[in-house]
Amino acid sequence: MTETLSSAITLSPRTCPFDPPPELIEQAEARAITPVRFPDGHMGWLITGYHLVRAVLADPRFSARQELRHAPIEHRMVEKGLLPPAEPGMFLRMDPPEHTRYRRLLTGQFTVRHMNRLIPRIERIAADRLDAIAEQGPPADLVHEFALPIPSLVICELLGVPYSDREVFQRHTATLLRLESSLDEVNAAMAGITGYLDELVRSKAASPGDDLLSGLIETGELDQGELVRIAFLLLVAGHETTANMLALGSFALLTNPAQLAALRENPSQIEGAVEEMLRYASIFQIGIQRAALEDVDIDGHHIAKGENVILAVQAANRDPERFEHADTLDITRPNNGHLAFGHGVHQCLGQQLARIEMRIGYRALFERFPDLRLAIPADEVPMRSDMAIYGVHKLPVTWKEVKQ
Amino acid sequence: MKVSVDRERCCSSGMCVLTAPALFDQDEEDGRVILLEAEPPEELHSAARKAVSFCPCQVITVTDD
Ligand code: HEM
Repeated sequence: MTETLSSAITLSPRTCPFDPPPELIEQAEARAITPVRFPDGHMGWLITGYHLVRAVLADPRFSARQELRHAPIEHRMVEKGLLPPAEPGMFLRMDPPEHTRYRRLLTGQFTVRHMNRLIPRIERIAADRLDAIAEQGPPADLVHEFALPIPSLVICELLGVPYSDREVFQRHTATLLRLESSLDEVNAAMAGITGYLDELVRSKAASPGDDLLSGLIETGELDQGELVRIAFLLLVAGHETTANMLALGSFALLTNPAQLAALRENPSQIEGAVEEMLRYASIFQIGIQRAALEDVDIDGHHIAKGENVILAVQAANRDPERFEHADTLDITRPNNGHLAFGHGVHQCLGQQLARIEMRIGYRALFERFPDLRLAIPADEVPMRSDMAIYGVHKLPVTWKEVKQ
Repeated sequence: MKVSVDRERCCSSGMCVLTAPALFDQDEEDGRVILLEAEPPEELHSAARKAVSFCPCQVITVTDD
C-alpha cells in the first residue's frame, strides 16, 4: 500500500484530556499502520491497531536496542541519526540474552506475592497522605499532595533511596521528561541523577540495609555502573508513571460521575476499575519504539531491516476492533487486555506494584473524601502535553465532608 | 484440558498468577512461572485460556483432550 501518505510524528495538543491527540485518532481510524517521518528524515512506521501492536511487541524480529533507534523528538536528535548503545544495566533498551540476564536478577522482587506483602505498608502511606490533606483543609493539589508522594515514597522504601533526597531526583526527572529539553539539558539531568545514585550505591555497599539495592549489591553479579543504571531505571520508571496514572485516573473519575458513583457503591470493582483506567487514560505521549532486525511483512506492508516502528499503545487501547465502545470509560469492562504495560519480554516489571498502588490510592482517596470534586473547571486543569509522560501538572480539588 | 508452560522463556510478568491464581504461581527466586495444576478441572478452563491470552511471552499452552 504505497498510496498512504507519510506524516511526521506529531505531538499536537489534545481536545479531550483523556483521548489521544486528534491527528493520532485520525491516523488510527484510517489505517492500523502508517508510514511516518522521524525528525532526522528516517522513514519508519506508526502502528495504532491493537492486534498489530501486540504482535510486534511479541515478535523477536523487532528489537528494543537503543543503537537501532532514531530519535522520535527533534530536540533529542543526535547528529548521526542513530542513538548510542544502551549503557550496561539499561536493560529496557536491550534484547535477550543481555536483557534476560538483568531482568531475571529483579523479577523475584516484583512477583504478585511479593507485591501483595507491601499492601499494609502502602495503605499506611496513602492514609498518612490523606490525613495530611484533610488536616490542611480544602483546596488541595492532588498531584503534589497525593499522586506524586505515594509512589515516590513506595519506590524509595523498596529501593532504599532516602525520600528526603527526592528534590534531587524529582527535579532531574522533570528535565528528562520535558519534551522541550535540549540534549545538553537531558545529559546534565542524567549526570545529576546517576551522580547521586553512584554515591548512594557506594554507601550501601559499605553498609548494606534491608532493601532491594543492597540485595542486588550482595548478589555480586553487577558492577558499580550496572547497579547505578538499574537503580536509575527503577527509580524513574517507578514513580512518575504511577504518579501520573493516579492523578489522571482521579481526574477521569471526577469528570465521569456515574462511573465514580458505581465504584463507590461497589468498591470490590476496584481491580477492574484500575485496568480500565490504564486502558482509557493513557500516560503515553509517543508510544513504545522498536526497530526491525530483518525485513518483515506485516498486514500487507513491507518493513525493511533497520526501520523503526512506533507502537502507539494509547491508540491501540482505544481500537474499536478490540474494545466495544472503546472511547467510553467503563469500570465493569470484562476481559480488558489493555497494552498500557506493554507486551512481550519487556512488559512492565513493576506492573504488579503499580496495580496495587492504584487500587489502594483511588479507593482510599474516594472513601476519605465522599464529595470530592474539582476546585477549578475541568478545561482549566493544566495537562502535561509538554512532558514525555502525560498526565496533569496540577489537580486542584475541594470537599466538604471527611470520613475517618 | 492439559496445561503446559515453558519456564525458559518466561519473563515473570505475573499475569498468569493475577488471572488464574489456582493454576499458576511464581518462583520466589526469579518470579518465573510454576504450574500448579497441569490438568485443571472444568471450572478453571476459561481462566486457563485467559491466562494463555494475557501471557506477554506466550509461554503457556493449553491442549484440549
Ligand atoms: C502505571 C504505571 C506504569 C506504567 C503505565 C508502566 C508502563 C511500562 C511499559 C509500557 C513498559 C514497557 C516498555 C517497552 O516495552 O519498551 C514498562 C517497562 C518497565 N517498567 Fe513500567 N510502568 C508503570 C509502573 C512501573 C513501576 C511502578 C516500576 C518499578 C518498580 C516500573 C518499572 C519498569 C521497568 C524496570 C521496565 C523495563 C522492563 C524491561 O525492559 O524488561 N514500571 N513499563
